[in-house]
Amino acid sequence: MTQNWLGLRAGLVSLALFAIIVGVWHIATAGTGTAVKMDPEYAKLMGATATQGKSAMPGPAEVGAKIWQHLRDPFYDKGTNDKGIGIQLAYSIARVGLGYLLAVAVAIPVGFLIGMSPLMSRALDPFIQVMKPISPLAWMPLALYTIKDSGISAIFVIFICSLWPMLINTAFGVATVRRDWLNVAKTLEMSPGRTAWRVILPAAAPTILTGMRISIGIAWLVIVAAEMLVGGTGIGYFVWNEWNNLSITNVITAILFIGVIGMLLDQLMAKLQRLVAYAD
Amino acid sequence: MSFDDPFDADRSLQKRGCSCGGHATQAEHDTETLTSADARTARIVESAVVRALFPEDRSRRAFLGAVGASTALAAISQFFPLGLATEVFAQAAAPEKKDLKVGFIPITCATPIIMAHPMGFYIKHGLNVEVVKTAGWAVIRDKTLNKEYDAAHMLSPMPLAITMGVGSNPIPYTMPAVENINGQAITLAVKHKDKRDPKTWKGFKFAVPFDYSMHNYLLRYYVAEYGIDPDTDIQIRAVPPPEMVANLRADNIDGFLGPDPFNQRAVYDGVGFIHMLSKEMWEGHPCCAFAASKEFVTTMPNTYAALLKSIIDATAFAAKPENRKQIAAAIAPANYLNQPETVLEQILTGTYADGLGSVKTDAKRIDFDPFPYESFAVWILTQMKRWGQIKGDVDYAAVAQQVYLATDTARLMKEVGLTPPTSASKSFKVMGKDFDPAKPEEYVKSFAIKRGA
Repeated sequence: MTQNWLGLRAGLVSLALFAIIVGVWHIATAGTGTAVKMDPEYAKLMGATATQGKSAMPGPAEVGAKIWQHLRDPFYDKGTNDKGIGIQLAYSIARVGLGYLLAVAVAIPVGFLIGMSPLMSRALDPFIQVMKPISPLAWMPLALYTIKDSGISAIFVIFICSLWPMLINTAFGVATVRRDWLNVAKTLEMSPGRTAWRVILPAAAPTILTGMRISIGIAWLVIVAAEMLVGGTGIGYFVWNEWNNLSITNVITAILFIGVIGMLLDQLMAKLQRLVAYAD
Repeated sequence: MSFDDPFDADRSLQKRGCSCGGHATQAEHDTETLTSADARTARIVESAVVRALFPEDRSRRAFLGAVGASTALAAISQFFPLGLATEVFAQAAAPEKKDLKVGFIPITCATPIIMAHPMGFYIKHGLNVEVVKTAGWAVIRDKTLNKEYDAAHMLSPMPLAITMGVGSNPIPYTMPAVENINGQAITLAVKHKDKRDPKTWKGFKFAVPFDYSMHNYLLRYYVAEYGIDPDTDIQIRAVPPPEMVANLRADNIDGFLGPDPFNQRAVYDGVGFIHMLSKEMWEGHPCCAFAASKEFVTTMPNTYAALLKSIIDATAFAAKPENRKQIAAAIAPANYLNQPETVLEQILTGTYADGLGSVKTDAKRIDFDPFPYESFAVWILTQMKRWGQIKGDVDYAAVAQQVYLATDTARLMKEVGLTPPTSASKSFKVMGKDFDPAKPEEYVKSFAIKRGA
């Protein structure tokens, strides 16, 4: 009962906040400045911002209409450089998925190794510490230069940036498995492989999943920047292309789409996390 | 270019519009009416021969009217082996690779490269070209060096810089065609509308698209003529063109010398005004270029020829003022430039709002002339030398000749029925000062403001 009541109240507050944000946004952008008097011939050549003193920032109604327009026809294809937002998002998700799965395939085994061996943990630590804070975009020129393919470069950047949180969390999770459980496994004469699979993995799973959840967020952050640089396809390219056209309405629309997809990816990982959670 | 039957007395070979009136362009008409490549090749050869025999269209018509088409064909075949010529031409016309990717930056300089796609110039020359929008000059350079693109839109100094290894590893590069001449402008923020004298610009922050660009050299040249040192008195930074207008609005820069549509876009959005067009500094200066690696040119000569012919053809079409509105409509959609059509129309027709309340007209605001004069390259090299981008002795003429393929362009211009200039070099004036391409070193020394020795 109290749980439901809290949820209801939180929902109401959320709605109120949303209404306030949209309202403030509407008022801030609705103010049309004074229309400048111009020669009609001249005015015909000018945009609405210059002639009617219209705010360059679109209002919520305009953005809403734009979103509806995109949702109605998300999969159109009008040539190499003009595809629907659904197709662009699909490209981005595919790139993130590929780079991220590669990172999972590397980070979890290596993380196990580091977690189980204090020697490797110490030896690899300086490398990880140096590589971890490097910005994704710093990798881009290097990747383009060495890989010589912009599509693979983008995936590489996703890979390298989502690797570290998973690696560190896996190592930490594996290293902090309760001694008692390992000792029990030993007394039962389990082989090391079986111990890793049946004891360590389930015990470390929640920590590993936390790392994976952080990583998917990072991967989604990185893809937009990478695609803005590389161009061609993807939601990042879409933002760049509309920025080119100085169409703030489309940029805001794309930002909202990016946010929603990011949230869905995070929710997906949260679901997985709940599946492996256990009580001590 | 015309695929009309040259033996038909009622047809004009010179005119550009569609001959039946049922199509928007002649190119569309041609692809529909003459579907077989062989028939098209035969027509090209026949037209060329007939045009050579009768330079005056009137006399051709009179001749054909008098003797009839079949007699004329027989008569010409007597002394000119039309069949053989067609065969030779057809062999040359078969490209090694049909599916190409060409990169472009979304600015009006790229007009010929872009419009050749929607207006069918690539298809006309037997190519299936995908034009790919690219985010910036460095990316377009890397993607072309990576061979993701077969050829690309570049700034005319870039092939020189790439060949000489300035700013990247040296890779032999070629620039067989200039895309546009003129078409740039100095745009200032509206708040500076009373500061029209460059002497008052001390402390200004300017943006140019790239370090190796005509924009950079022209801006430096311009302010230096007024005694302002571009390295110490003002700040010049490289900013991608689309970000120029936003930076101007945000007051991050005071002005820019940039490519259109962004000058006109700044006016359209009410944030800037056009201080001067680049053509007022140097009438007919080159800006952007169509570039390809030396490797592409040598390993795929036929593809290269067909591609270059499409570009030259498109450039010639764009050079005609009456076609400009149609081009503006063709390149405005999101797939190409992604700009309001009225902005592009103002740029291409040359009737534009200047941002200060008046409408100006200058039909040559942007113009199109594919011929890569070697003296253009020499001038660019003198400026690279002047501002310290290249050091030591430069063999100006040799580099210019190696990169700017004027001879190739001249040959292909003839093949598509255009008249190339007779000399690969020409002298010109920049802001009233004569430039003699034969004496580059003296030219560099003649400036008061310069870098290095």
